[in-house]
This record gives sequence, structure tokens and C-alpha cells, in this order.
Amino acid sequence: MMPMEFTAPTLDYLLLLPFLIVLGAACLGILLEAFLPRRVRFVAQAGLSILGLLAGLVALIWRWGSAGRGGADPTAGSASGAVSGDAYWSAQDGASATLMIDGPVQVLWAILFGCALIAVVFYAERHSHGGATAFTPMAAAIPGSNREAQAAQAGLIHSEVFPLTLFSLSGMALLVAANDLLVMFVAVEILSLPLYVMSGLARHRRLASQEAALKYFLLGAAASAILLFGVALLFGYAGGFGYEKLAFALSFRTGGESLLLAGMGLVAVGLLFKIGAVPFQSWVPDVYQGAPTPVTAFMSVCTKVAAVGALLRLFYVGLGGLRWTWQPILAGIAILTIVVGAIVAINQSDVKRVLAYSSIAHAGFVLVPLVGALTIQSGLPAGQIGSVVAVEFYLVAYGLATIGCFTIISLVRAQGREVTKLSAWAGLGRRNPVIGVTMVIFLLSLAGIPLTAGFIGKFLAFAAAWRGGYQWLALVAILGSVIAVYIYVRVIQVMFFQTPADDEDRAEVVQPGMPALIVLALCLIGTLGLFFVPGPLLDVFQAAGSFLIPSGS
Amino acid sequence: MTELYAVLAVILFTIGLVGFLVRRNALVIFMCVELMLNAANLLFVAFSDHYGILDGQMAAFFVMVVAAAEVVIGLSIIVMIFRSRRSTSVDNETVLKG
Repeated sequence: MMPMEFTAPTLDYLLLLPFLIVLGAACLGILLEAFLPRRVRFVAQAGLSILGLLAGLVALIWRWGSAGRGGADPTAGSASGAVSGDAYWSAQDGASATLMIDGPVQVLWAILFGCALIAVVFYAERHSHGGATAFTPMAAAIPGSNREAQAAQAGLIHSEVFPLTLFSLSGMALLVAANDLLVMFVAVEILSLPLYVMSGLARHRRLASQEAALKYFLLGAAASAILLFGVALLFGYAGGFGYEKLAFALSFRTGGESLLLAGMGLVAVGLLFKIGAVPFQSWVPDVYQGAPTPVTAFMSVCTKVAAVGALLRLFYVGLGGLRWTWQPILAGIAILTIVVGAIVAINQSDVKRVLAYSSIAHAGFVLVPLVGALTIQSGLPAGQIGSVVAVEFYLVAYGLATIGCFTIISLVRAQGREVTKLSAWAGLGRRNPVIGVTMVIFLLSLAGIPLTAGFIGKFLAFAAAWRGGYQWLALVAILGSVIAVYIYVRVIQVMFFQTPADDEDRAEVVQPGMPALIVLALCLIGTLGLFFVPGPLLDVFQAAGSFLIPSGS
Repeated sequence: MTELYAVLAVILFTIGLVGFLVRRNALVIFMCVELMLNAANLLFVAFSDHYGILDGQMAAFFVMVVAAAEVVIGLSIIVMIFRSRRSTSVDNETVLKG
């Protein structure tokens, strides 16, 4: 047997820097947890996470500015939107790249880090919870036991949630950059494992929270096993893990279609599970309801951004040659997701569940431009907004409004606990006009009503599908968004036009602390600002270009 | 030869999937998931042999590490549930519904 030769991979560490900073901050967080005294731990952890994310963003912007310099930089060609095959291959030293940091990845990283930063600030909110965080003081104690009561009395605070979030976030960053099926699988796992734990950390209603963790874990583990089997089948088809290998095999291999189709289907199932598309949505309402509200805010936004990014790259780069096969299937899933999400939400009596179903509906909406597949490869004229930019903008609008909504949910309390029963929210908006109107703006943004970012997001998304040749899908999606408006109008109607049935059932808005105020302000400015001046952000996304695809495949 | 291994892997995967869907004990469900992961491992190694490359065998190691990490998380969640409810049956998990 021939001795195997090991060639060290060439990594552009400067391009990877944002990812490495976040991962490093997570590792440092573990050390802080072990060595710092309990008193200062929470502040130190929150500060470290926020600083780490800020540093990540700064590194990202720094590399952004200098992208396009030198041939060894894979983003060099993406600024102009076109990449020659030669430049691409030489940039990768002839080997296929397992990680690809091109324009869309940098944009998705910016969205991920930004949303995670807002979510982490939300984690630090203590004032409105009477000095306690939203997380259980001692996760190992049995709910309702003496130890739990003692821990709560001693004022113990869980701060492991910060490094866990950063680990999960680094998995997400890896996932959107994965240009290789195996890396994608590992990234999905890095993303998910901390989330399983984090959903079980709620301070109140701990049994529900533990149940959410178990459900999420079992279904998530099965979904990743299905994804892995799909990866194995695609490996068998292509003879390698890289997306280039896959695209190459698609063009040149004859036979083995069953491997290809089964593999594609199973991998898609795994990723669609992560974004919560129907029929893989059953975990979403339970987990969103049971998890601590800040964690729900983090995972409802960032997981979706990451998984949608992975779907984009897999289907556009790896399986781009198979577009005529996957477009109709994904179109069907998109419609099913929108309709099921919108209709089931109407029937819910819990605000968190309403938002969970709304997030399912949004998973459908974000698939609409993805199906349109309007990219440079499919004939998008230069300078126009295609599917990738539409998806990115949609995710930003969705993320800001969703985090805002969950922040307000965490402020609506009775006897020191969150009240998420919709009936208890009656008249809330009239008693607290400021919070009420803020919530209305977030809800209208989710509904896609003008004067909010959600409208621009939906407009771009449907336009991309329309021009990509999926006019019928765009029309159905518009109808679906009309149905979905009803979800949000119902919450607004309860908040402003209903009087509470009895006084015991009434929830009140507590005075938010500084972190919650910052989160609300950022989300509000973003949601309104992106309607009135979407141009600069769209220009940035547009200039970042589209996915690098080697010519010749 | 590769076909036989592939068929075996598909059979193992199906057993795991069916077990995941019909069993009610969280631990057994979890074992079924592990079976699915191992079916994928078998497929990796078989295809790796078929193409004469080592990528698939390397993948099997990745999967083992990931599976080990998953066991750590999974067992701790299941133990936590068992301690608070004295049962690991997924039919008893009914706080959350709507």
C-alpha cells in the first residue's frame, strides 16, 4: 500500500478571524466559569460575550474593507460578482475548499453576530426580573426540591449560558461557511448540542423547560442522523465531500441517480428541520414555549439564519445542476409551511406559541426566494437584487422583529413570572401605550405591513421568486401572507381592544432594565429604519456578491 | 460488494428510524438514533473502500466523536428528566401542548 501523504491545508486565518474570535471567547468563557469567584462571574461572562461578539464584528468589517486585495483571497472576485475558474482554483491551491468565506458568508456572519449580540444583551437583563436572570439558579437541582429553593435564596446565577451561546454561534458561523458535506454535518451538531442544553435552563416552569430540552434533543438527534445518512449517500454518489465534487459529479457522472436523489432528500430533511419547515415543524412550538425567553429569541433567529445559509449554499453551489428537480419540491414545502404556520397559529392561546407558529410561517416565506433561485448563474442581470440578497434582507427584518417581540414577552409579568397566556394580555397595550405600540410595530413588521422592514423583506422575497420564474409561488405566498396578517392582528386586537376578564388574570408590563431597553431600541430602530432607508444595507449585501461557484461545473 | 454493504446500511438505518418512531422510552429512542448514525458510518466506510480513498473512513471518526458528544448531552438530559419525573417514557411528557 502506498504511504499516505499528508498535506497541510492552507487556511487564510485573517478571513477566518471573526469565527475564531467567537470560538475563542467561548473557550475563554469556560475558563472564567471555572476560575472566577461566583459574585463577579455573571458580569464577567456577559461582558466577555458582548466584547467577543463586538470584536468579531469589527474583525469582519476589517476584512470586509480589505477584501478584494491579492489573489489568495477567495473574496477577491466576489466583489465584482463574477469569478473566473482559474482565480478560484488558484486561490484554493488546487484543493477543494472545505470552508468558503465569500461575500454571502460574510453577510450571513454579520447578521448572525449582530442578532446574537442583541440576544446576548437580552440575556443580561435582570432588573425587570427582580434582580434574577431568566435562567435557573441550579440546573442540576430537581424542580421543586429544597436544593433548588436554597440555590434561589442564595442568589446563585447561571452564567454558563453565555459560553454555550457562543459555542452554538460558532457552529452557526461554521455552518454557513461549510463548503463540504462533512463540515456541514459537524457544524450542525456544534450548533445544536449547546441549544439542547440551553432550552432546559428556564427559571420558572422548569418541568416544561426540561421537557422542551428532551423533545428538542430527541428530534434534533434524529434529524442529524437523517442528515448524516444523506451525506453518506451523496458521498457515495460523488466520491467526495466537497460541494465542487458534488457539482462535478452532477455534470459528468452517469448512473447512481437513486443515491443522489435519496441523499439530497435526506440532507434537505435535516436542514429543513433546523429552520422548522413543515412537515418537520412539530418541535418548534414546544421548544420555543418551554425554553427561557432569551434563548428562544436567540435560537428562533440565529438557527434560522444559519440553516437557511446552509440550504442556500448546498442547493446553489453543490446541487445547482439539479435545480429543476429541487425547485418544485421546495416550492411545495414552502407553501405547506406558510399555510400550516399561518392557520395553526390562529388557534393558539399562548403568545410564545403564536410566535412559534409565526416563525414556522416565516420559514416558508424565506424559502420562497430560495426556490426562485435568481442568481448570476441563472441569468440575473448585474446590479439587480437576486435571491441571495432577498433572503439575507428577509432574515434581517425577521430577526429584528422577532427578538423585539420576545423581549417584550419577557417584560409582561404577573407575580414575578412571565405571563404568556394570550387572554392575560387583554388591554395591555392601552395600559402601557409605549410598550404596546412598540409591540405593534414588531408584529406589523412580522406581518409585512408597510412602514416596517418586514414589508421590504417580503417585497424583495416575492419579487425574487417572481423574476426567477416562480410567479405562481409568489402569488400563493402573497395570499399566504394575507392569512398570516390575521395572526398578528389578533394579538394586537387582544392587547388594545379587549378588557381583561378578571383582575387576577391580568399581566402587567414591568419596568425594563437597561439591557432590555437597549435591545428594544436597537430592534425598533432597525425595524423602522430599514423601511425608510433600506438602500445602504441592500447596497452592502449587493456588493458582497453571490456564492463562489467554480466555472466549469 | 459495495451494494451489499449499502443494502445492509439501509436496513440498519430503517430499523433505527422505525424504532425511533415506535418506541416510547427515551433511552431506547436514543439508542435507535445511535443505530442510524452507525448505519451511516458503515456506508461511509463501504463507499470509501469502493472509491479507494480514505475520506469516508476519516468521516467515520468524525461521526464517532460527534456521537460521543451527543451521548454526553443526551444522557444528561434524560437523567435530568428521570430525576424530576421518575420516568423516561416520552408519553409522560405532556406539559407542553397546544
